[in-house]
Amino acid sequence: MTGLAQLTRHRLFWPIVALVVLLLASTLKSHSFLEVTVRDGHLYGAPIDILRRSSILLLVALGMTLVIATRGIDLSVGAVMAIAGAVTLTQIASSPDPGAVSTVAVAMLTGLAVCLVIGVFNGFLVAVLGIQPIIATLVIMTAGRGIAMLITGGQITTVTSAPYKTLASGFWLGLPVAALIAGVFFAVVALVTRRTALGVLIESVGINPTASRLAGVRARTIIWTVYVLCALFACIAGFLQSSNIMAADSNNAGLFIELDAILAVVIGGTSLAGGKFSLTGTLVGVLVITTLTLSITVIGIPVNAVSLFKALVVIVVCLLQSPVVQHKLRARRRQAAPVPVEVPA
Amino acid sequence: MMTEPNTTPIVEMTGISISFPGVKALDGVDFRLLPGEVHALMGENGAGKSTLIKALTGVYGIDSGRIVVGGVDQVFAGPAEAQAAGISTVYQEVNLTDNLSVAENVMLGHEIRRFGLIDWHATRKAARTYLKALNLDIDPKSSLSSHSLAVQQLVAISRAMVVDARVLILDEPTSSLDSDEVARLFDVIRTLRDQGVAILFVSHFLEQIYAISDRITVLRNGSLVGEYTPAELPRVELVGKMIGRALEVLTELEGRSERAVVDRSGTPFMQAIGVGRRGSIEPFDLDIYPGEIVGLAGLLGSGRTELARLLYGADHADSGETLVSGQAVKLRNPRSGLAKSIVFSSESRKTEGIIGDLTVRENIVLGLQAERGWMRRVPRKKADDVVAQYIEALGVRPANPDAIAGNLSGGNQQKVLLARWLATAPKLLILDEPTRGIDVGAKAEIQKLVADLAAQGMAVVFISAELEEVLRLSHRIAVLRDRHKVAELVNSDDVTTDVVVDLIASGGTSA
Repeated sequence: MTGLAQLTRHRLFWPIVALVVLLLASTLKSHSFLEVTVRDGHLYGAPIDILRRSSILLLVALGMTLVIATRGIDLSVGAVMAIAGAVTLTQIASSPDPGAVSTVAVAMLTGLAVCLVIGVFNGFLVAVLGIQPIIATLVIMTAGRGIAMLITGGQITTVTSAPYKTLASGFWLGLPVAALIAGVFFAVVALVTRRTALGVLIESVGINPTASRLAGVRARTIIWTVYVLCALFACIAGFLQSSNIMAADSNNAGLFIELDAILAVVIGGTSLAGGKFSLTGTLVGVLVITTLTLSITVIGIPVNAVSLFKALVVIVVCLLQSPVVQHKLRARRRQAAPVPVEVPA
Repeated sequence: MMTEPNTTPIVEMTGISISFPGVKALDGVDFRLLPGEVHALMGENGAGKSTLIKALTGVYGIDSGRIVVGGVDQVFAGPAEAQAAGISTVYQEVNLTDNLSVAENVMLGHEIRRFGLIDWHATRKAARTYLKALNLDIDPKSSLSSHSLAVQQLVAISRAMVVDARVLILDEPTSSLDSDEVARLFDVIRTLRDQGVAILFVSHFLEQIYAISDRITVLRNGSLVGEYTPAELPRVELVGKMIGRALEVLTELEGRSERAVVDRSGTPFMQAIGVGRRGSIEPFDLDIYPGEIVGLAGLLGSGRTELARLLYGADHADSGETLVSGQAVKLRNPRSGLAKSIVFSSESRKTEGIIGDLTVRENIVLGLQAERGWMRRVPRKKADDVVAQYIEALGVRPANPDAIAGNLSGGNQQKVLLARWLATAPKLLILDEPTRGIDVGAKAEIQKLVADLAAQGMAVVFISAELEEVLRLSHRIAVLRDRHKVAELVNSDDVTTDVVVDLIASGGTSA
């Protein structure tokens, strides 16, 4: 009983329940939903599809988690994705040999370099100039797509390049390359934050920046770093997105993804007030959001009602996680228990 | 006047337990309150006084135990329900609205209505009646902020009586009052008591406890020590019951009459020459030798903290020169101070010290970790050893490294901060008000610790608003006034608080 109570109180209990419910509902509707088959040596099926589709959001949410843990927020991630795609694809398109691995590698490095500069810029505004993160990153959020348009010359740049296509559509060891890339980044960030002291220092800065600075923590450097990391992860996400459609669409690449990313972080139990963060939570949050989008079509929700349905699920999960509701639920459980004891003497 | 012991208690709490993550705040505490008595609740910070009050007023839910009010079992879901049952609370910080009138404050939520609209005339008249009942003759129309803190405190009590309180809880009502104001408050308390109101009184001032209480309940570390009448409990015993073991420490420290002579022939650990910062502290000279405790005396805002921050590098000086062990150094930020084995414990424990949501372990290791940088994590084994060592040495309660630091009492948070700095093996320890707002036991322990550390060769800068404390500990005293260092004197038995007060008052010209 107490074990169960403890379980329901766990931060990730309700998000995981939501995930399971979504998967179950989809399976009831389409019995082969959870089936994974091997075709041409690759794994196929809805679960694999969820993993592949989650990769872009996971990369963005990963950076967002770190930024939010320092009490910040990064609204520019979608625009950074657009810029990453624009820079990289323009360079591949203008190269004499778009199919060469070296061309793709150089183009991607250029994209990373540009995004690095953007991350440094964001971090500078927040950590050094002390501008509120939401305002500071709004600059690139609004200007970024314009920059991407300038780079592509207002066109949707399309390319044909087998190595670049592999990023989003390829398989390795039977698994989608995109999911592997996101997985590797997730593992590296998880390892680096929890095996070194970076995680606890980020939390310390997020909880109390002044006290952290006085304790000798390089608060400014840490805040700066998380914005740079966030931009770099958004850049990789931009690669995956543009590789998926093999085009740099400056208007639509990563549109509103910052909101999904923030949502994933929040569902995962990391507070927007900064401090303690959970990368596993973010992973669950990302899976919930992706599964939701996929389930909607499987369950047969009319396309017009998709946003509404999504909103409903999100509201329910957030409600169940809210401290007030949790407290109420617990109080009710406690009150219910002693009633039989109150037999008049 | 004693209350007849056979009166039925108006409040009876039995076996109350409350836990916070990692902290057992109350452990099976019994408490009773009789009508027409003043009952003092005593204990150090962290003993569980506030928690017990919050359990009674429904701010905290209880994990186990029973609360009977007026013969009825009660589970209050919030202060409003407790109030409806006749339990009113006046908190330490006056919980009133400054910019409303006295009448509005007293009657807030109980305004007299006619046809659904507030009848201001009748409301003011009612307010006046409630104020009169406490011998408070002030104009109900006047703005609350135009009155002294003491009067505001009395207004808060009037407000508490509007709900027809049978139980009045006064949580440190006297902490910001002078003696005349306290006397006035006590008159009011006695009047209410004689009307049959049960009064729960919390104060750190022993004299007041003995002046007003009919009964005393002592808590320690979340447990009940006992219930006594003032007659059967002399002061020394009361203190002993409150702090337990710490009493010996206090007497030991008091007995330390001779001060160790500090060898000032060598190179000072730190030399500040004309160091200053515009708008915060005028240029000053200061030498600090190993093993020496330098006390900074001065009023609030005299520049004590500002001086200390320059010594650490929390702010950077815009004039002068700093030498550490004879070598010129630039202290630009806290890290550069830390690199020179200088540490600074801020006066604002909550905002500039403790990282509230992190554990005790993480808080203690933070300084060490900051010194090593993020890549070289302090190995778990080493962290555990260091943390266990300092929890033991400083007597951090609860002795649980995984407790959330924000849940600890003020004194224990201070110890955690001290542990953070001591773990970095500093050569100069700058303590800004390390004993403020903590109870007498923890205070004595911290003072003793500082004296011991200096005896082992650590240089210490000690800041406190309590002159006695500065005099008791320091080898030398720097006196500050209006952001100037105005005097420096070697401490001896001839140096009394009067001498220092004179220096502060005269600005050092007569010395």
